Amino acid sequence: MSESTAAQPLLDVRDLRVSFRTRSGTVDAVDGISFTVGRGEVLGIVGESGSGKSVSMLSVLGLIDNPNCVVEGEVIFQGEDLLKLDDKELRRIRGKEIAMVFQDPMTALTPVYTAGWHISEQIRAHEKVSKKAAHARAVQLLDAVGIPNATDRVNSYPHEFSGGMRQRVVIAMALSCNPSLLIADEPTTALDVTIQAQILELLRDLQSEFGSSIVLITHDMGVVSQMSDRVLVMYGGRLAEAGPRRALMRDPLHPYTWGLMGSIPPTDGTRVERLAAIPGAPINPSDPDRDRCLFSSRCGFASDACRPQPGLVEHVHGHLDACVLPYDQRPALRLEALTTVTTESGASA
Amino acid sequence: MWRFAGKRALAALLVLFAISVLVFLIFFATPGVDPAARIAGRNASQETLAQVRQSFGLDQPIWTQYGVMMRHLFIDRDLTSFVNRGAEVIPQVQQAIPVTLSLVIGAAVIWVILALVMGVLATAYRGTAVDPIIVVLGVIGVSLPVYWLGEVVNLVTQSRLHDTIFAWVPSLGYVSLSEGFGPWALHLLFPWLTLAVLYAGIYARVLRSEMVGAMNEDYIRMARAKGIGEWRVLLRHALRTSLIVVVSLFGLDFGALIGGAALLTEVVFGLQGIGKLTYDSLQNFDLPVILACVLYAAFFVVLANFIVDLLYAWLDPRVRHV
Repeated sequence: MSESTAAQPLLDVRDLRVSFRTRSGTVDAVDGISFTVGRGEVLGIVGESGSGKSVSMLSVLGLIDNPNCVVEGEVIFQGEDLLKLDDKELRRIRGKEIAMVFQDPMTALTPVYTAGWHISEQIRAHEKVSKKAAHARAVQLLDAVGIPNATDRVNSYPHEFSGGMRQRVVIAMALSCNPSLLIADEPTTALDVTIQAQILELLRDLQSEFGSSIVLITHDMGVVSQMSDRVLVMYGGRLAEAGPRRALMRDPLHPYTWGLMGSIPPTDGTRVERLAAIPGAPINPSDPDRDRCLFSSRCGFASDACRPQPGLVEHVHGHLDACVLPYDQRPALRLEALTTVTTESGASA
Repeated sequence: MWRFAGKRALAALLVLFAISVLVFLIFFATPGVDPAARIAGRNASQETLAQVRQSFGLDQPIWTQYGVMMRHLFIDRDLTSFVNRGAEVIPQVQQAIPVTLSLVIGAAVIWVILALVMGVLATAYRGTAVDPIIVVLGVIGVSLPVYWLGEVVNLVTQSRLHDTIFAWVPSLGYVSLSEGFGPWALHLLFPWLTLAVLYAGIYARVLRSEMVGAMNEDYIRMARAKGIGEWRVLLRHALRTSLIVVVSLFGLDFGALIGGAALLTEVVFGLQGIGKLTYDSLQNFDLPVILACVLYAAFFVVLANFIVDLLYAWLDPRVRHV
């Protein structure tokens, strides 16, 4: 995706901050992230559980149902700041302009209604069409997402579909109003591997057909490498690295990204005894010591320079990261990191 | 569907048969009780007792007695009371049925509406002061015993304030629906409310906890993400899925109440319903009436459960094909 689309992005998130007031103080789930999604672009957001990737996208649509949650920053979508809209105005956007697909298709559909009912409900929430017309569109949509015998299946209940088919129903529902942005929150995590590939392929086909932008949230670097134009890597509610997919996959800059890449099984023939794992545990978001690179406690290259939090620096065109390591030494350091991890795991094996 | 209904009808017959046998056995196996002595009255001589036994067929083997009684109940339909000789049992039950049905159905309508409103409002306004207020109201409703609440209501409406603001309240007792909807409803208004308060409290709490649980489900987040309004999310998604539990509870309670569990309300408000009839027959050790009442009650419990099963299938597609 060329940078010209970034000039007028579809979604422009600026300094988004999501915090939860708890008994032990304020917890920043998302700590000032900024990014854009261009028209027709597929943006992958990667990170471990608790890195703030889902929360940031839920907060964009005002879907965090927690009275102790504070969302700050700006979310400019088609020239409007979504965070300033009230619930009624947001409803106009939800489902119509920005649609979501959630992780677990088993629980995303209300069990007592048919697939067609779910899709019709969404269409009729945004367009004045008859029940009959909405039903007919539901059949077309189910057909488009590859559900065989859609005319009959439109009257099936969620429990009568398999997991993969259910996710197709959810995707059909999400696409029913031709949204300009589709947020897919771990859409394949709950599915088995062969189905995962099918769903990703479906998303890719639909994206080229409908031209929607997609934000793909995942913890799986493999999924990101198959789908995205651009990738954000999040850690502890902050951006660790951002860049075009090709550049980021070929030359990852941030030590955290190295760790994530190391967790992909190699497919070039070398068999590893054990997959590399990032030592330590994900950062506890309620840890008060936040004025530092949050990854430094797990990073083999941490030093005093990691405090305070280094800013995002653009190294090559569109490829940024937040790390103090000298840019020109990164390839060598990455190699070092890989070998250390391998010997460590070799020793423990 | 018809096969399902047929199976259930067969099962219901078996249940009714088993219950009639049980009642019979319990009646005769109760230690220290001689039905003949009850009928004959205090200090009856041995001769009188023997005479009573003979004329009531109590000297026959128990299975013969069972057969005779069932024949009188279901075929000849002229079963008579032990205690009150000549009083036929079936007309008594037939007279009591509309009283109990009127009381329970009316109360059920009130408590279901109240519980729905309370449960939905408590869920909609959870996190605000409305929710705990409704919860506390529910607990108060559950904690007021019917016999106490009924007496207080009577004291206020029939005695203390009867000459002033409650002058419109008619005297206690039942007025048939055939005498007009107005008088019928007016006579039953306070019994309805009294009975409904208890159940509304229980149902509102159950519904609220079900709905609050449902509101944390993924499909609610999905529904919101579709851009539909919060009330629609609440009513069409959360309430709809929560109704399943309420319906099964309702089937049990409704069946039991129709079957005579509304006894306390009937006694307090002077209604000659099934509960009162059953209670009196138990007091008098009047086997034919007990038997008729228990069979009637069992029939309605079974019927209510059958209706609940149908409602279940309608509410929850997942049980339809089982």
